Order: sequence, then structure tokens, then C-alpha cells
Amino acid sequence: MSTAPLVPEHELPDTHYLNATYGSGRSIRAWLLTTDHKRIALLYLASVTVFFFIGGIFATMIRIHLLTPGGALVSPETYNKLFTMHGVAMIFFFLIPSIPAILGNFLIPIMIGAKDLAFPKINLLSWYIYLIGGCFVLYSFGTGGLDTGWTFYTPLSSIYSNSAVTPAVIGIFINGFSSILTGLNFIVTIHTMRAPGMTWFRLPLFVWAHYATSLVMILGTPVVAITLLLAGLERMFHLGFFNPSMGGDPILFQHLFWFYSHPAVYIMILPAMGVVSEIIPTFARKPIFGYSFIAASSIAIAVIGFFVWAHHMFVTGESTYSALAFSFLSYLVAIPSAIKVFNWTATLYKGSISWDPPMIYALGFIGLFTIGGLTGLFLACLGLDIHVHDTYFVVAHFHYIMVGGAVMGYVGGLHFWWPKITGRLYPKALSRFAAIVLFIGFNLTFFPQFILGYLGMPRRYHSYPPEFQVLNVLSTAGASILAVGYLLPMFYLFWSMRYGKVAGPNPWPATGLEWKTDSPPPTENFHVTPVVDWEPYDYRNRPDLGLAAGGPLAPAHGDD
Amino acid sequence: MQSQLPLYPPEASNFAPHVDALMIFITSVCVFFAAGITIAIIYFFFKYHRKQVDAIGVPIHGDPRLEAAWIIIPSILALAMFAWGAVVYVDYRHTPSDTLDIYVIGKQWMWKVQQPNGLKEINELHVPVGRNIRLILASEDVIHDFFVPAFRVKMDVIPGYNRYNTMWFRPTKAGRYHFFCSQYCGTNHALMGGWVTVMEPTEYAAWLSGSGAGGANPVAVGEKLFAEKACITCHLANGTGRAPSLNGLYGAQVLLAGGATVTADEAYIRESILQPNAKIVARYEPLMPPYQGQLTEEQDIALTEYIKSLRSQPVPVKGSGIAPVRGDETAPATEKR
Repeated sequence: MSTAPLVPEHELPDTHYLNATYGSGRSIRAWLLTTDHKRIALLYLASVTVFFFIGGIFATMIRIHLLTPGGALVSPETYNKLFTMHGVAMIFFFLIPSIPAILGNFLIPIMIGAKDLAFPKINLLSWYIYLIGGCFVLYSFGTGGLDTGWTFYTPLSSIYSNSAVTPAVIGIFINGFSSILTGLNFIVTIHTMRAPGMTWFRLPLFVWAHYATSLVMILGTPVVAITLLLAGLERMFHLGFFNPSMGGDPILFQHLFWFYSHPAVYIMILPAMGVVSEIIPTFARKPIFGYSFIAASSIAIAVIGFFVWAHHMFVTGESTYSALAFSFLSYLVAIPSAIKVFNWTATLYKGSISWDPPMIYALGFIGLFTIGGLTGLFLACLGLDIHVHDTYFVVAHFHYIMVGGAVMGYVGGLHFWWPKITGRLYPKALSRFAAIVLFIGFNLTFFPQFILGYLGMPRRYHSYPPEFQVLNVLSTAGASILAVGYLLPMFYLFWSMRYGKVAGPNPWPATGLEWKTDSPPPTENFHVTPVVDWEPYDYRNRPDLGLAAGGPLAPAHGDD
Repeated sequence: MQSQLPLYPPEASNFAPHVDALMIFITSVCVFFAAGITIAIIYFFFKYHRKQVDAIGVPIHGDPRLEAAWIIIPSILALAMFAWGAVVYVDYRHTPSDTLDIYVIGKQWMWKVQQPNGLKEINELHVPVGRNIRLILASEDVIHDFFVPAFRVKMDVIPGYNRYNTMWFRPTKAGRYHFFCSQYCGTNHALMGGWVTVMEPTEYAAWLSGSGAGGANPVAVGEKLFAEKACITCHLANGTGRAPSLNGLYGAQVLLAGGATVTADEAYIRESILQPNAKIVARYEPLMPPYQGQLTEEQDIALTEYIKSLRSQPVPVKGSGIAPVRGDETAPATEKR
């Protein structure tokens, strides 16, 4: 393929947000007290990566343990702690903050032409709250661990568990405020700080997705925070909110928990959808198909997502009428996701498709998310759910959404905006290879789990009947490939920060405002406040991008 | 015909063929869409691969007809999945009236089963083929879940004074099948399983009577408890006591203080023993002490079974809180909140 540079060799700008000398300059103190959304994004990147590693180590141990039916590695107690801590670390401290707090934080102000978020100090506060919450949770992991499952079902968590539940729920309670404040910051920023000409329907779809995500963060997080606090109070002071022997209702906990924790899935996947909605048109060099449908479907997912929670409870003995309503609504929420997948696919039609790494990740996302979304239809189906509920089918389904979808989107987004964040490019061939390894490893790890689930293997089992071994071994083999797929980008992205080729302001080139400024951007994002007079993802009327204005086969002009 | 690597568990209940058919239907639809998307992406990926570095794509902004098509067609298919799934589920949640009732108690980390004649089993469940079976599920501690993959059914087992979840199925094939606890319940969750043995009815009857020597009849045990716990001093059979007569109670509609009525099923009887003040029968005083924590689950079951056995006794008219019209002659449907 042609790799001739579109633009001549670049040099890094003299001053940018990474080396700026405002405040006390480049010292540790200047970083820890920064109110620059871009630096805060990098603080999040570092801390979120730590939790990803911790969660990843737990996952590795889980997969090794499940190599043999009797359990190969650890005791039942330890195994239960491993999957619980894997879930807590990954969901509350990696997946939920990953795209919003890193890429969203970095990009939203630049994408709308603002100098920073609306509340820069609150943005920094969010990060500290995240750290404090994280410390409580790590304290719980280190002092006895946690064995309740990440779902903290009562009365197991509030009465029967002997592990360090209290610090964990306090940590998640505290961390919730980080999420709420980030959501608040995004919403206010998107409403009030758009540059001249940046109308709502010129907003990048990444911003729409984050607007929807922020709604869920603000409206849902308080509920889970208070619910876990109630479970903690029940544990500490023997109050009877959920304890049946004191007149409490253990099912009430599940209602309250899933009222947030189902929408939380959309906190994880909506931003990834936003990332993919940026990558696809950029690397197909054409406007996204059905912009308004994709934007509206984000809002629809956020809204309908609040009314499907009890589909986690079809086998609790809830009333048949309730089950029917929640099954119906669960099918309803699938439609906006389907709309997005169809529109992304249609965007490829008659595009000028490059095989750059972000595109490989984005297409991988579509494949995995499609499988994850479609298998949701099995679980929303009442008659089928009574069989596959709480089996490995569910485990496979939500890993396809959260890992295949959200993490693939996150890694793809990092690849897309890495040149903007660091000013440098990474080795393309190697990262294409990593994306393919990730895709194959992922499928090999999690596809067998669908079959395991239908065969009846319940989740959260430290040992299992021997007939399930072959599929478990296959899954573990896949996980080792998957691990390579995650480690490779960590190495070459880190490497590129120093040795990568200088990217220039717009290496792909892409149409968004973030590509109109330096890479890395200056502290104030733009040297001059930009004025937007173009439609989103428009390549035809953008002579500044230096591309041919014709179709995919239009002749190159003056290419040096 | 299970191969070395089966894709589905044995089909051994009335629900299994329905659930598998649903599975095949939804899988077909999903494979169709997933394959379509995948093929389209791969085709476009190569067909429209950028040939010149500065080429751009054809600016197509969308097409309302296409949008309408891919909103409406998936919606119709989703509605079909919903409807079919609902039919199977409603069947599952509507227990027929002619069931063989077996109690199943979950506790960390074992299952205690009590057959109708009082025979007790641990981590084993024997049932006759071809008979509608109802499992009445109670938990002594945390939430468990009784799951039989070969029957394609599961139900949570939830602790609490006012809950008995029930599930039903009709075994269709003799054999031995796994059952599991599928709601995470602590350390040895994975070991909390056992075997369902589906037997021919004659075999089952022989098994039940043959090994029944150890099992005390729950009705007899309950009758004894009814006297020992002094229930009998207030719940006089003729309805003149300080508490309502329990004759004919099971399955009847009970008029409560405040005017509401409730069907006297197992869950109601359980609640009225453990937390009697939760629902007071009309025209009676809340005098009875709660027995929560005073009775073991087995004792509670025995009392419940004894009270159920009183349904054939003559219903006193005077002073009874029981509404004059009885529910239908069969056991109450288990559709309960």
C-alpha cells in the first residue's frame, strides 16, 4: 500500500501543554496541581492503567486456575476473591473512567473549540476523588480481599461474607462522586463553551456520546453509591435494609443496584461508540452515514437504558408482568445499538478506506460489539434467560460488550488520538498486528464461554464437572493470546513517546477541530479561538486538508 | 446423540425442546445479521481500499429509507423473539394444579430435599418421569439458585419469612442429570450441586417406599409441633379460638384486616408463622408472637404441610376469617409476589 507522506516532515511545537512553564512548570507539583484538562487526562491515563494491570493480573490467575476441573492454582476462597476483585477493579476503576476521563477529558474541550472544561478545578478534584476511592478499594484488596462478587448481593455481602467488604463499598461510594463530577463538567462544558459556529449538529459524535454518557453518570451513579452505602451500613451497624431476618428485602438491593449498574454498561460502551464514530469517517474519508440517527441513538440508549434493569432478575421470582415489561424494554434498547452498527457499516460504502491501525481497531470493535449486542437478545428473551441466566453465557456476553466493545474502542481511540496527545506516531505495522492479535485472542477466549454457558456451566465456579474442561482450556489459551494483544500496544505506545516519528497537527488527516491545532496542543488548546464554518466529517469542502476533492479514484494532484 | 463436544445439554424436561427451539430461532437471526455485517465490512474494506494517498470517499450523508428499513425490520424480529420468549416463560411461571410437591432448602453449601412422604435427601433429587413436579424453594441463609441444565430451568432461592419461590417442570427422560447452584453464594458455591435422578414412576414409588423408613411423615411431624408449640391453644378447629381456625385454609381466599384478600399458599402460611403481624386476618387481634428464628426450615415445612393437610377438614362458619367462597379445589397457582 502507498505510504508516501502527505505532508513533509514535522517538528514538535516549541511550547505545548506537556512542556509549558505556567505555574511551577514541569515539576511533579505542577502536574499534581494542574487544572489543564489535558494533563488531568494523562493523570487519569496513568492511574487507570494501574487498575487495568491489577484487574488483568486477577484475570490471568482466574484463567490459569480454570485449566483443570478441580482448579489448578488457588483455594476456593482465593478464587472467589480473584473474580470479585477483577470485576471491581475493571468496572469501577478501569472501564467506567477509561474513555470519558482520559479521552473525553482530553478531547471534549478541544473538539468544541474551548480552552478547558467549564470547571477545571472540579476536574482535578474528580481525579483526587478517584484516587481516594481507589485507595480504599486497594486497602480492601490488601487486607483480606473481597469475595462478594462485584454485584455485592445481599445478604451475602452485608451479613455472611468474612472479607473486607466495608472499605470496598466506601471506596466505590467515594469513587462515584468522581464520575458524577466528570459528567456534570462535560454537560456544562458542552452546553456553554462551544466555539462560534459549533452548533449542536456540528458536534462530533464523540461529544454526543459523551453527553449521553454524562446523563447516565449524573442520574445513575448516586443510586449505586447510596445502595452500596446502605449495604455497608447494614454490615457495620446491623441495620435491616436488606436483611430478611430483620424484615429487610434482599431483592430490593438488586433493584437498586441494577438501576445504576445496568445503565453503567452504557457508561462503558457509549464513549466507545463515540470513538468508533470518529474513526470510521476519518479513515473512510467521507461523512458518517446518518449523523443524526447516530447522535439520537446515543441519547435513546441513555434514556431507555434506565428502564431495563430488572432483566437481571428474571429468575428471582419477580412477577410475570414485571418480567414481560422489562423483557420488552430490553429489546427496545437493542434497536438504537443496531442503528449505529448499520450506519457505521454503510459509511464504509464508497469510502476511501485506509488500513491505518485505528481503523483496524474500529472494525474489530464493530465485529465484537455486534456479537456482544446480538447475544444480549438471547438474554432479553424470557424463555431462554431461565436457562442461560447466571451461566458462562452471560460472562461471554458482557465481556464481548465491555472488553470486545469498550476496551477495543478505548485502545482504538488511544491509537487515533495518540499523535495528538503525544505529538508522535507509533509503528503502524506493529500496531496493526497487535489489533489482529487482540481480535483473535479475544474471540478465542470468550466465544467458547457461550457454549459453556448453554451447556450449563454456572459462572463464579472455582471448580467444574470434567466435561467442561476442553472449552475452559481453549478459553485460557485464547486469554494468553489476548494478553499479548494488550501488552504490545503498551510497549510500543510507551516507546513512541520518545522515539516515535513526529506526527504534525493532522497526520491522518481528520476533520475535527482537535486536528486544527498543534500536536501536542498548547495549554490554551488554540492560539486563536476557532470559528467553525464546516459540517462534521466533511472532506469535500475542506481544502485545508490538502486532499483531492473527487471520489475514491480521483487522481492525485501535486502530490510531493 | 451426544458427541464428544456437545453444543447443548441433554433434553430431559417438557421445557427443554421449547428453549432449544427458541435458541435455534434467535441464533439463526443473529448469525444472519452478524454474517451480513461481517461480509459487508470485509467486502468494503478491500473493495474501497484507498488507492491514492489523497483520495477521499464519495460524500453520502445518509438515506432515510435505509434508516427506516433497519429500524423496522430488526424491531419486528425483536418483537417476535420477545413474544416467543414470553410464551415459554409464562408457561414456566404458571404451575399446573396437579403437581407433585417437593421441598428444596438451600444453605451454604448444600441442598436438602424433602420428598412428599418426608423422605430426606442431601444433594440428590429423585423424581418420576412424566409427572409435573413443583419444587418449593427456601433458603436458610443467602440467595441460592436451583438450576437443572437438562431441564432448562432455574429459580432463585431467596431467604426471608415471606418467600417461597417455586418452580415446576415435567421430566421427560429417565436418567441422571446435574443440578447446580447458579447464584453465587460464598466460598463453596461451586460445590453446591448434585444430581437429579429421573426414574420410571413405578421405580420411583418403590424407591420412595423402600427407602422411606428413615423419613418421618411431615404432616405427622407438623401435627406434633402444632401441639408442642402451643399453636393449638389459639387456633381451635371450630373457629372459636382467639386465632382463626386453619381448617380448609390452604388454597382459600383469606380476608385481611383492612379489606384486602390474599390466597393462602405456602408463602402466606410461611409468613403467617414466621411474621404473623405482617398480615392479620379480619376480625382477629395481632396476638401471635413471631416464630422467625424459633423454627428450623424443616419444622416450618412440617407445620406448613400439616396446615395444608387441614384443607380437607370441615370449614367452621362462625368467627372464621376465611372468606366463604373457597378458591378452586386445586392447590393455588404459584403466581405470587
